[in-house]
Amino acid sequence: MSGAHSHSESHSESHGEPKLSSLYRQLILEHYKSPRNRGAVEDPTVEVHMQNPTCGDEIRLTLKVIDGRIAEVRHEGQGCSISQAAVSMMSQLLQGRPLDDAGRIAERFTEMMHGDEEAKKDRSMGDLRALAGVSKFPVRVKCALLGFDALQEALKEIGAAT
Amino acid sequence: MSGVAFDVASNRSAFPALDQEVDGHPLVYLDNAATTQKPRAVLDALEGYYTSDNANVHRGIHELSRRATEAYESARSKVARWIGAEDPTEVVWTRGTTEAINLVAFAYGLDRLGEGDEILLSILEHHSNIIPWQLVAARTGARVRYIEIDDDGEWILEDLPELVGKRTRIVALNHVSNALGTINPVERVIGHVRMHAPGAVVLLDGAQAMAHMDVDVGELDVDFYAFSGHKACGPTGIGALWGRKAHLEAMAPYQGGGEMISVVERDRSTWAAVPHKFEAGTPNIAGAVGMGAAVDFVESIGKPAILAHERGVVGYAIERLEARFGDRIRIWGPRAIERRSGVVPFSLDFAHPHDIATILDSEGVAVRAGHHCAQLVMKRYGVPATARASFYLYNTTDDVDRLVDALGQVENFFG
Repeated sequence: MSGAHSHSESHSESHGEPKLSSLYRQLILEHYKSPRNRGAVEDPTVEVHMQNPTCGDEIRLTLKVIDGRIAEVRHEGQGCSISQAAVSMMSQLLQGRPLDDAGRIAERFTEMMHGDEEAKKDRSMGDLRALAGVSKFPVRVKCALLGFDALQEALKEIGAAT
Repeated sequence: MSGVAFDVASNRSAFPALDQEVDGHPLVYLDNAATTQKPRAVLDALEGYYTSDNANVHRGIHELSRRATEAYESARSKVARWIGAEDPTEVVWTRGTTEAINLVAFAYGLDRLGEGDEILLSILEHHSNIIPWQLVAARTGARVRYIEIDDDGEWILEDLPELVGKRTRIVALNHVSNALGTINPVERVIGHVRMHAPGAVVLLDGAQAMAHMDVDVGELDVDFYAFSGHKACGPTGIGALWGRKAHLEAMAPYQGGGEMISVVERDRSTWAAVPHKFEAGTPNIAGAVGMGAAVDFVESIGKPAILAHERGVVGYAIERLEARFGDRIRIWGPRAIERRSGVVPFSLDFAHPHDIATILDSEGVAVRAGHHCAQLVMKRYGVPATARASFYLYNTTDDVDRLVDALGQVENFFG
């Protein structure tokens, strides 16, 4: 129906229904077509396999942690443009970061997916900001969060191990 | 059955939900294999029931209860006639196909299966005709076996001699595939089972058949037939299990509660006659009434006419999709149009099914994307998911044109 009924409009977007161009931004398609850090870390500190049972998207995330820092992160799997671009962007941001940062990034991204305006503008989120438009497509939010769910699980496992 | 010519415009106008816009585009609803829209006649029957007849069934002495019981039972008789069953007491109301299959798995299978017994399914089954059998197999030591499918989505029947034998106790197969649209050669399998596994019972999952094909449980020579109302113009939450009376009478109850008992003592009780033995608790009376109205609606058009119309639209869809996308599209399922229902599953080599469905949605075109509760089929073809357009009696070649145009938008983003 007409966008006049929508209560979830943000000020920064044009009026009317959420636009596809806000979902499929160039940067997202670029990460989808040329994912960063694809593959598996050799001898990983932690390895997590995460699957979205409703759609079949899957991600295998491997991390090498040295002295409380993510020395190397890689991912493999398959899925839609949103899930694959999100994990690619996430891996880019995590390289070399302290584990504490990783937890904060995951939280911040979840806030962004729930429409938090501050999180959308957070420059420390790097390329992930391009995914802000996903929050307007509720059925696709779980796609964007798949890699972060894997990250949260990995952080939990590392926490349990140390 | 049909007294009037098939008129797609008049069919369409009978469905209020089709008359709306999505994202500024007139809705094109192509997710009929998930659930069909509901005609005004069904909505009126639901409202009429609640407005004037609402009461509990089989217990009140008062007028409204008498009317509710009459409506509920006459819907049962209508559904029985719809599937060629002579005795309406062989029709058990359920929440849908899933509950009907679970009823057979647990009330028949659990008490009769043992170590070494075999349950034969096909990898083309919906999860609702796999998981109940896995659950029962795990508790009884029975083994689940599968008929495989070929590249065109057809059962490989050459394997039957190896798959069917005296250990086969239950054969549970879908009549029409939800994932690929294949109209399965159930008669050939049932013939083979009757000859080589006389101790086996046969259940057909008719969820995808009832809206499109005349079904006669006697001619099919099955023991159980399971189906839903909502995939054939009826409400959600109502469906039925037809079973041979001798089986239903020999089976233990599936759930306990009111309505299903005869005499209740402190330590033991006796059961009501079938079908009430399997209908514990207050049933979905309005749903049954709505399903009865759906049967009348579908039969006023006639299933042979519906299927013929679908074949025209599906044939046009396959032709246009292949002409437009060539070897960049893969259409799954049988090549021969007469082997297929209204389902057209497809993959594009440049876009993931989710991205396809999101972009189509923004153009007002509703399709399903995912594994369609048929992960064994997806694994067989090595794909995580597919997009699926499924057509029904109100879809037109214009809808196909809208689909193809909207897929052009997918190409703009991802091609």
